[in-house]
Amino acid sequence: MAAYLIRRLIQSALILLGVSFITFFLLYVLPADPVRQIAGRSATAQTVENIREQLGLDKPFVVQYGRYLTGLLQGDMGRSYLQKTEVAELILSRLPATLLLMLGAIVCELVLGLSMGIAAALWRGRAVDQALMMTSFITVSAPQFVVSLLLLYVFAVRLGWFPIGGYGTFAHLVLPALTLGILGSGWYSRMMRSSMIDVLRADYIRTARAKGLGRARVVLRHALPNAILPVIAMIGIDIGIFMGGIVVVESVFGWPGIGQLAWQAIQRVDIPIIMGVTLVSAFAIVIGNLLADLIAPFIDPRITLR
Amino acid sequence: MTDTGADRAIPRPRGAAARLIGRKLALVGLVLIGLVVAGALFAPWIAPFDPNDQMFDGLTLEGAPMPPDGKFLLGTDLLGRDLLSRLLYGAQTSLIIGVVANGLALLIGTLVGITAGFFRGWIGAVLMRFTDLMMAFPALLLAISLAAIFQPSLWIVAMVIALVNWVQTARVIYTETTSLATRDFIAAERTLGASTSRILFRHILPHLIPTIIVWGTLGISTTVLLEATLSFLGVGVQPPTPSWGNIIFENQTYFQTAPWLVFIPGAAIILLALAFNLVGDALRDVLDPTQRGRD
Amino acid sequence: MQKLLASTALMLTLALPAAAQDYTPDPAAKPGGSITITYKDDVATLDPAIGYDWQNWSMIKSLYDGLMDYVPGTTELRPGLAETYEISPDGLVYTFKLRPGVKFHNGREMTAEDVKYSLDRVTNPETQSPGAGFFGAIAGFDAAGPDGLSGVEVVDPSTVRITLSRPDATFLHVMALNFASVVPKEAVEEAGPDFGKKPVGTGAFKLAEWTLGQRLVFEKNADYWRDGVPFLDSVVFEVGQEPVVALLRLQNGEVDVPGDGIPPAKFMEVMGDPAQAERVVQGGQLHTGYITLNVTIPPFDKLEVRKAVNMAINKDRITQIINGRAVPANQPLPPSMPGYTEGYAGYAFDPDGAKALLAEAGLADGFETDLYAMNTDPNPRIAQAIQQDLAAVGITVNILSLAQANVIEAGGAGTAPMIWSGGMAWIADFPDPSNFYGPILGCAGAGEGGWNWSKFCDETLDAKAIEADSMFDPAKSADRLKLWSDVYMGVMVQAPWVPVFNEERYTMKSERMGGEDALYVDPVSIPVNYDYVWVKQ
Repeated sequence: MAAYLIRRLIQSALILLGVSFITFFLLYVLPADPVRQIAGRSATAQTVENIREQLGLDKPFVVQYGRYLTGLLQGDMGRSYLQKTEVAELILSRLPATLLLMLGAIVCELVLGLSMGIAAALWRGRAVDQALMMTSFITVSAPQFVVSLLLLYVFAVRLGWFPIGGYGTFAHLVLPALTLGILGSGWYSRMMRSSMIDVLRADYIRTARAKGLGRARVVLRHALPNAILPVIAMIGIDIGIFMGGIVVVESVFGWPGIGQLAWQAIQRVDIPIIMGVTLVSAFAIVIGNLLADLIAPFIDPRITLR
Repeated sequence: MTDTGADRAIPRPRGAAARLIGRKLALVGLVLIGLVVAGALFAPWIAPFDPNDQMFDGLTLEGAPMPPDGKFLLGTDLLGRDLLSRLLYGAQTSLIIGVVANGLALLIGTLVGITAGFFRGWIGAVLMRFTDLMMAFPALLLAISLAAIFQPSLWIVAMVIALVNWVQTARVIYTETTSLATRDFIAAERTLGASTSRILFRHILPHLIPTIIVWGTLGISTTVLLEATLSFLGVGVQPPTPSWGNIIFENQTYFQTAPWLVFIPGAAIILLALAFNLVGDALRDVLDPTQRGRD
Repeated sequence: MQKLLASTALMLTLALPAAAQDYTPDPAAKPGGSITITYKDDVATLDPAIGYDWQNWSMIKSLYDGLMDYVPGTTELRPGLAETYEISPDGLVYTFKLRPGVKFHNGREMTAEDVKYSLDRVTNPETQSPGAGFFGAIAGFDAAGPDGLSGVEVVDPSTVRITLSRPDATFLHVMALNFASVVPKEAVEEAGPDFGKKPVGTGAFKLAEWTLGQRLVFEKNADYWRDGVPFLDSVVFEVGQEPVVALLRLQNGEVDVPGDGIPPAKFMEVMGDPAQAERVVQGGQLHTGYITLNVTIPPFDKLEVRKAVNMAINKDRITQIINGRAVPANQPLPPSMPGYTEGYAGYAFDPDGAKALLAEAGLADGFETDLYAMNTDPNPRIAQAIQQDLAAVGITVNILSLAQANVIEAGGAGTAPMIWSGGMAWIADFPDPSNFYGPILGCAGAGEGGWNWSKFCDETLDAKAIEADSMFDPAKSADRLKLWSDVYMGVMVQAPWVPVFNEERYTMKSERMGGEDALYVDPVSIPVNYDYVWVKQ
């Protein structure tokens, strides 16, 4: 176990190294000059060159990347070109919003996905099942921006139940979390359905039923705890999908998280911020996958960690 | 690596009844795809207007779009162009990207997966570690950066999507190839002195075809969604070429007063992605022997 | 001391315009209260040497002061931290006498040393100020570095003397720019690169709270050196708010001024409702939206082609696309800018004439070219309208709708044949016609990386521009403006630009907001002059 963990941690570190290299390289070849953004429209050629030199952007790629990496290993993510603030500080100040959204989204998708999956399993083959499975297909086929705009239109503009975007109160969280939750629920409901069907067929459930325990009691007290485990393991993987999607949802709802930070930075080639957000996202993804793999043996004893 | 990741994409087998419904749903999917393909192919004949014609009477004097009426069946967009015509031509964009980008992704994914799974060794290790690396990339961020680097056009967008989307396929093909390569009949062929290419093309590849078809179909759905998202962010297909995503991008500011401009193309995207998901899922039931009859 | 008096006697002492000193704030104004302003984009920095965004420009104006200032709601100069100033007869030496008893937010009194420190800092390349170029006329600018500007001298604690290397008629405007704000050395050094997040100035407001990415609170500077202002106790800025959301919140009474204006989709609704339209203040803006035609890329090297493009664009239609929130333009300068040429008709919309000109240039069959535009709404839409207009005269245009940085790169490198300026368009830094020339139409900006995306360089016009800018004597102001008008007319003859429209500003305010309308469309303190507005209850 310890050996496995160490190996995986080293692997994860290498993956992050790779991500940093590729992103840095892509930003290096980008046909846009960050120095122009800093120097502004009235700058003289001399000013531009001065700034380039100070930021070390006149150096060859290897030197630039080497410097970045050295800083990174010392915990320094650099300073934003345009805001001059430490990238770490900018990300930390926005991370709570993103994490809150992630938490809300996971709660939404679990509640929606699990209840849909359980209902479908209990009424397997019936109309309810078919309708629910069709719904799950639709949710995995819907783009985030369409769902965000739809929820905004119906619940905020038409019905006025929730604010049209923004941040601060619980009411602000509902729609963006629901958007991500609805989209994620499709996967969970299908997982939950098949897992539940497997469990319901197991001997101990039959025994429990034979002992005359009520259906609801059997499902809730005996089947559910066992069926839910494999589904929970998916949350780790979900983090990756979540990180990929925050740019859109945060920008539609005006959510002040790291997705918006990244999007604004991409527009203006603020390379340290783009690097920082990419690495933080990749870190979350790697950790999520690692957790999912670590939990796996507890759920399915046939899986061993090699 | 364990296989929990793959579970997400491959649901467990469903009951015979459900499978039948699956087929029925597949039919629905096929019909939907047929409709979109027909709309895209026949767009020049059935579209009521030139999709790029910014008509003078397509805007009110204050510059607002026209709501759906007898002349403009789905209304006009913010430049006074007929929405229906743009949707029909936009179907071309979605399908071209769906087929080209996904074909490319499938090709890359299959090549990487087979190579890594069949030859193992250091090549396999390098390829699969690279695949892991790609898995850790926030996909959308990567796509946006790539789209910004190569100034976007229809083909560039297709390429960007392919570069982001091949990873899933590679992992699935890798898993299947490794398990095939250790099976008895392959070992038997090897002892009989069959060449590597013979084993690859006569034995491994045919077994992978169902998986490739299933992933190919499901992948189109992902591709269509990614194209729409890139276009929605303004880094996708270049104007005036209509794409369902960029129609929404251009008209987004009016979504409260002219919701049809956002929700009709939105529905089109969902339906097309749904259609490919339904067909792909049914194909998996039908084609994948490991999934069959285990219920 | 004797010496100084002797030399001042030789100086030309300029009286300030009477009106400038007489600005009286609204007599009905009541002190107290707090208002809420919203913006979509985050505030990047409040360092006056760095800040150059739509949203932080007016905030910085309220946190800091420069030697010069503007009469609220106008483009008229008035003294700021300088109580008086004198200009030598050759226009090369400016002597500013500082106002006594002005205190920074940290309680220390401002002195001439601070003025010198601030100007040295903004021109020091290490500061990386996007505004450094404005100070190019100060002697020693080219050698600016850690040792400071040789042209800025502290005469005594309340006197600063600035020597120029060439006469510059816009110099007092430059001294009123945010970039020339006076900052206290100790605060800057203490905060280091974080000064932008921990601003200390002499302004009417001081920063009380800043939650990154969410909100900023400015609170009244009780020791402000101008008596009676500001009226408000505090101003709350909420960032990350979509314009649509901001407007709905205004209608709900939660917001007082949406900083990004009225979103297009809501514009007609608001203007159609008399109760709401009444609270909208309309004003001109020192802005021009234009298409640059790169004169170094064929066929735009031909004058006929550039004229043809000018005649092919239907500016009324483009104005319609943005809900009529602009007026069609016919010259580089916006109408509210001094030096604007009244009565000039420009190139009228005439597709047939355009075709004839193209035929004259030997391009009867048209040609194919690229148009770059920024990828945020409404710019891709405007680019498509331009594309359709040009298609009508036979020019095939491929649109490249890219992120701002990529467009600026292509423009600077001179690889873009045509660029629609929207989203990156020129908004004047100060209300003087020269500000629309140098970097964007003059030879200086035409080099690699410069903002003159047409790469247009006419040495005769450049010479005229230099002549105009050396006419520092206010008595010759009318002649100077005439000269500038000639320069821009000269530009139009060569047609390196298609001036498309001048944006109008529409600021909406809540019912409780007081103060004259001009404060809500202040040409300098955009969108609102926070120092002078007040609330009714």
